[in-house]
Amino acid sequence: MKICVCVKRVPSTTTRVVVGADNQLDPTGVEFELNPYDEFAVEQALQVKEAAGEGSVTAISFGSADAKKELQKVLAMGADDAVLLQNAEAPHADGATTAKVLAEELQAAGAQLIFFGKQAVDRDQHGVGPAVATRLGMPCITEVVKFELQGDQVVCEREIEGGRETVTASLPCAITCQKGLNEPRFASLKGIMAAKKKPLEMKDVAIEGAAVELVSMSLPPERPAGRIIGEGADAVPALMEALKNEAKVL
Amino acid sequence: MTDILVVLETREGALRNASLEAVGAARAAADASGGGKVTALATEQADLDAAQLGGAGADAVLVADAGAHSPDGAAATAVRVAGELGVGAVFVSATVRGRDLLGRIAAGLDTGFAADCTAVDFAEGGFVFTRPVYAGKAQIQVKVNGPVAVASMRGNHFAPAGREASAEMGTTAAEGGKAQVTAIAGKSGGRPDVAEAARVVAGGRGLGSAENWHLLEALADALPGAGLGASRAVVDSGWRPHSEQVGQTGKTVSPELYIAAGISGAIQHLAGMSSSKVIVAINKDAEAPIFQHATYGIVGDVNEILPALTEAVKAAVE
Ligand SMILES: Cc1cc2nc3c(=O)[nH]c(=O)nc-3n(C[C@H](O)[C@H](O)[C@H](O)COP(=O)(O)OP(=O)(O)OC[C@H]3O[C@@H](n4cnc5c(N)ncnc54)[C@H](O)[C@@H]3O)c2cc1C
Ligand SMILES: Nc1ncnc2c1ncn2[C@@H]1O[C@H](COP(=O)(O)O)[C@@H](O)[C@H]1O
Repeated sequence: MKICVCVKRVPSTTTRVVVGADNQLDPTGVEFELNPYDEFAVEQALQVKEAAGEGSVTAISFGSADAKKELQKVLAMGADDAVLLQNAEAPHADGATTAKVLAEELQAAGAQLIFFGKQAVDRDQHGVGPAVATRLGMPCITEVVKFELQGDQVVCEREIEGGRETVTASLPCAITCQKGLNEPRFASLKGIMAAKKKPLEMKDVAIEGAAVELVSMSLPPERPAGRIIGEGADAVPALMEALKNEAKVL
Repeated sequence: MTDILVVLETREGALRNASLEAVGAARAAADASGGGKVTALATEQADLDAAQLGGAGADAVLVADAGAHSPDGAAATAVRVAGELGVGAVFVSATVRGRDLLGRIAAGLDTGFAADCTAVDFAEGGFVFTRPVYAGKAQIQVKVNGPVAVASMRGNHFAPAGREASAEMGTTAAEGGKAQVTAIAGKSGGRPDVAEAARVVAGGRGLGSAENWHLLEALADALPGAGLGASRAVVDSGWRPHSEQVGQTGKTVSPELYIAAGISGAIQHLAGMSSSKVIVAINKDAEAPIFQHATYGIVGDVNEILPALTEAVKAAVE
């Protein structure tokens, strides 16, 4: 079975955000890493292949040349090969544009299963997986915390507000992965050595315009300075007073 | 003048609150554009109230005849109806199901999308969406270049219009889908989900043990509409389920009132709750980072303060 997994290079979650002159994140001193949710996607892809005892896992990223590093990590975790769809503007491309580029590559790949993270922790869009699937005419099950393959039927569970739902579809199918699905493996030293010999294809891709235009980026409005009301249970009446008459939330 | 389609979320035929907020957002946006028609679409059979949806801001309601939720089916129905009505925008709520539809509807209409919007403005002939990025550490304003702007609205940022009006009710055909919801387990009624609750009572490792959670539950019971939240430390310890985790790897919440008890205020926790309107912190360590983000703080032991607060809240809401 042919399995693909889409991964993105993103700023580390501990990044302190400084807005640059171009309305983008100022990259000075920022560390980048594999999008954490994509690790769940890679792990699931590898588990499906291992359980089947055959097939291949291809990692695909639409990114700048730097994203080679994240693809190498995915190869070290166990993917068979990788494709970097290279464009210097890719890290800032909107979700719809990204989906178009990925769908074109995936169309040719003919994958039975495509794994995504539920969101990339830069723009937090939650949109690329379902958009790619729609372009490919495939079903997509999002924010999956439990995945099972029964023949050519995919049976997944996901948490929705106030409940848990079971969603089923048949192959080919796309999945977006939520925390809790699995425990991503670490790349072993052997894996890291092996990755160096695995194919990593670099392809230049063009993007025609943007589907979403960035007007501005700013830091969120500052919260008005708060105050410590007091110590211990004795402070409760003063807190109640503030909640009722000042903040007016009671 | 922009007409807007709002895709509603229903469960077992009942409308979700988040959808009324999305309808309110659409009403305000349509009005800002110089007045446009707001149509609300239920993609599966539902028992909807013309006065409730009209009051929230919808001019018309369409109910499709699907029996159960299919994510791709629902999106296909929305895409077809958006085309038939010729709307300039499609709004959904930024719930798990809504987020799922967002990218699909945009791809189906071959246009761009804006996720998790916290504000919608109208400028120079188009909508400008404000949305958080980098886990709320920054926000961006975006415009959709395509013919239709597709956007999801974050909870607790928009309100139903609150007008006296009745929406015109109609029906439409549902498109079939390849993915199908086959079961929903979980509570209906009871405590609201932390992501949707107007008030949140959240606990951290400072609670000391899973057994101590009755202190938070009692406070949540006393506060109308309160949901329970937890820090990751607590979820990782197995004290609470992941569905209650607030933060970067949990849920993003923005209630009116967020009470953080025994939570230190790590950056990853703040990522999930810093847009709450009022934050109350209870922590025995006066230097805990949470106090820098709290509207009000009390320094002290949760074992002593939570019961006192619960009693005071009970007395106040009676
Ligand atoms: C990639 C990544 C993602 C993460 N995602 C999340 C996330 O989504 N959500 C999240 O919450 N965390 C997340 N974390 C973890 C986060 O960094 C913190 O470790 C976690 O939030 C700490 O939880 P806590 O505040 O309950 O515990 P602690 O940091 O241990 O704080 C406990 C607090 O309780 C106080 N306390 C102790 N006893 C009492 C008492 N009797 N009365 C009053 N106060 C008391 C202490 O003073 C202390 O401030 C993430 C971390 C990483 C690296
Ligand atoms: N540039 C990209 N290259 C490869 N995969 C991507 C890219 N952007 C997003 N994805 C995938 O889509 C998921 C959701 O991203 P987003 O919709 O941006 O939150 C990510 O977790 C990745 O799996």
